[in-house]
Amino acid sequence: MNILEIKNLKKSFDTEVIKDISLTVEEGKVVGIIGPSGSGKSTLLRCATMLETIDSGEIIYMNEHAVRTNPDGKAVYASPKELRRIQRYFGLVFQNFNLFPHYSVIKNITDPLITVQKKSKNEAMEIGRRLLEKMGLSDKEHAYPCQLSGGQQQRVSIARALALNPKILFFDEPTSALDPELTGEILKVIRDLAQEHMTMVIVTHEMSFARDVADHIIFMDGGVIVEQGNPEDVINNPKNERTKAFLNRFER
Amino acid sequence: MGYVGHGSVPCPVEFVIKLNGGALVELSVMLSILSKGMLLSVEIFVLTLLFSIPLGFVVTFGRMSKNFIIRNLVKIYISIMRGTPLMLQLMVVYFGPNLIFGIKISNEYRFTAVIIGFVINYAAYFAEIYRSGIESIPVGQYEAAKVLGYNKFQTFMKIILPQVIKRILPAVTNEVITLIKDTSLAYVISIPEMFSQAKALASSQNTLVPYAIAGVFYYIFNYIVAYIMEWIENKFSYYKIS
Ligand SMILES: Nc1ncnc2c1ncn2[C@@H]1O[C@H](COP(=O)(O)OP(=O)(O)OP(=O)(O)O)[C@@H](O)[C@H]1O
Ligand SMILES: [Mg+2]
Repeated sequence: MNILEIKNLKKSFDTEVIKDISLTVEEGKVVGIIGPSGSGKSTLLRCATMLETIDSGEIIYMNEHAVRTNPDGKAVYASPKELRRIQRYFGLVFQNFNLFPHYSVIKNITDPLITVQKKSKNEAMEIGRRLLEKMGLSDKEHAYPCQLSGGQQQRVSIARALALNPKILFFDEPTSALDPELTGEILKVIRDLAQEHMTMVIVTHEMSFARDVADHIIFMDGGVIVEQGNPEDVINNPKNERTKAFLNRFER
Repeated sequence: MGYVGHGSVPCPVEFVIKLNGGALVELSVMLSILSKGMLLSVEIFVLTLLFSIPLGFVVTFGRMSKNFIIRNLVKIYISIMRGTPLMLQLMVVYFGPNLIFGIKISNEYRFTAVIIGFVINYAAYFAEIYRSGIESIPVGQYEAAKVLGYNKFQTFMKIILPQVIKRILPAVTNEVITLIKDTSLAYVISIPEMFSQAKALASSQNTLVPYAIAGVFYYIFNYIVAYIMEWIENKFSYYKIS
């Protein structure tokens, strides 16, 4: 089952940033996206999560079209009602967490459940507490985001995304805003999720992590997929010169 | 309290002279006259805030509207409100209907005019404060809310507004304190508020005591308001905005 299919996605700002990208993500698989700065990785995730509108192409979640493209080449989005349903299929973890600073840790997790999914307060609290426990943050339930370390904040934001029970979770450089000594705790959480067969798309600069956790690696440069395949091949034996040059800058 | 509910509002000078007929009045009489002025000042203050604080949001939304015409009309309105003296605006609101449209203005209109003048002026100032607050909220907050499935209304009411309020409270406090002192401008259209009463008394009694009392009044008024605002700010201090 394909959780996500992207076909011929194109997106321009001043210049074309995504030039005809297609990819599929199967249920339970982890896709790692690597590539130099400015290659369009974040833009791709933002298009997939509908934070940006695309110029043309198709985005399909669970066989439901969020966007399709007219014969004349214009992207057409589904109705707001359909989009609201499709929205529930995915979650996004931001580089800089974007927790709600005026809500306690537990409320950050439960409020979307109550406000958006109309769950009861008790049910939401149960989900929230279970996820906090999983993230090793049970003692921080009533803390505010400003009282937490970056790593703890990121774990709360992962819990917040997981609470809504998405079919697929996107991560945009989840450790880039963290001190080096804190990246480990986030990578471990993501590894655990991969073990549980959570479907994920992860943009990262952590090459060894990408190689370990991903089932499929995509190397992007200049708005196109330059090379892709299984992690061993792409990261240990890249074929393309640009991939080689990029990977050479990382100590392997 | 003769002036509550927009009743007849006599001219302050007449009022005092009629009362004492040129003779000196006792301190207690002076205080009773001044306290009526005080009540009127407080009334202007409360009514102005009551209407201008919500109206400021309407103005902000107009100012931030995607509609070119609405946005620019509101922009002009704000720039006039901020670019001309409040005193002049009060005069325009009071005398304008007569001078421009030839409508006969009743005495009752005097108080209404003061409130209208203050409200439209302060709404413009509040609107600009609200706008700076709204624009200071990181775009990531909107994006997080959107991905989590909050609709636009929920996002504004639950995620954005509480943070905006925290951010703008210090600036709002400044405006509120300024308003206390600005209430004295109502004298230009002969509203017998605190300061005009003090002035009238001071000249008819040939003493500076009413001014001293007025000074103490404004100071205490400020003190109470500052205390309340600080209390509200403390209510929002349980978290920090990064
Ligand atoms: N909102 C925007 N307006 C204009 N240009 C944009 C916008 N967002 C991104 N871009 C441009 O699109 C290109 C791709 O940016 P993007 O953020 O997707 O790269 P990235 O691969 O995520 O890079 P990094 O590794 O630095 O995060 C860049 O040249 C960037 O300047
Ligand atoms: Mg990026």
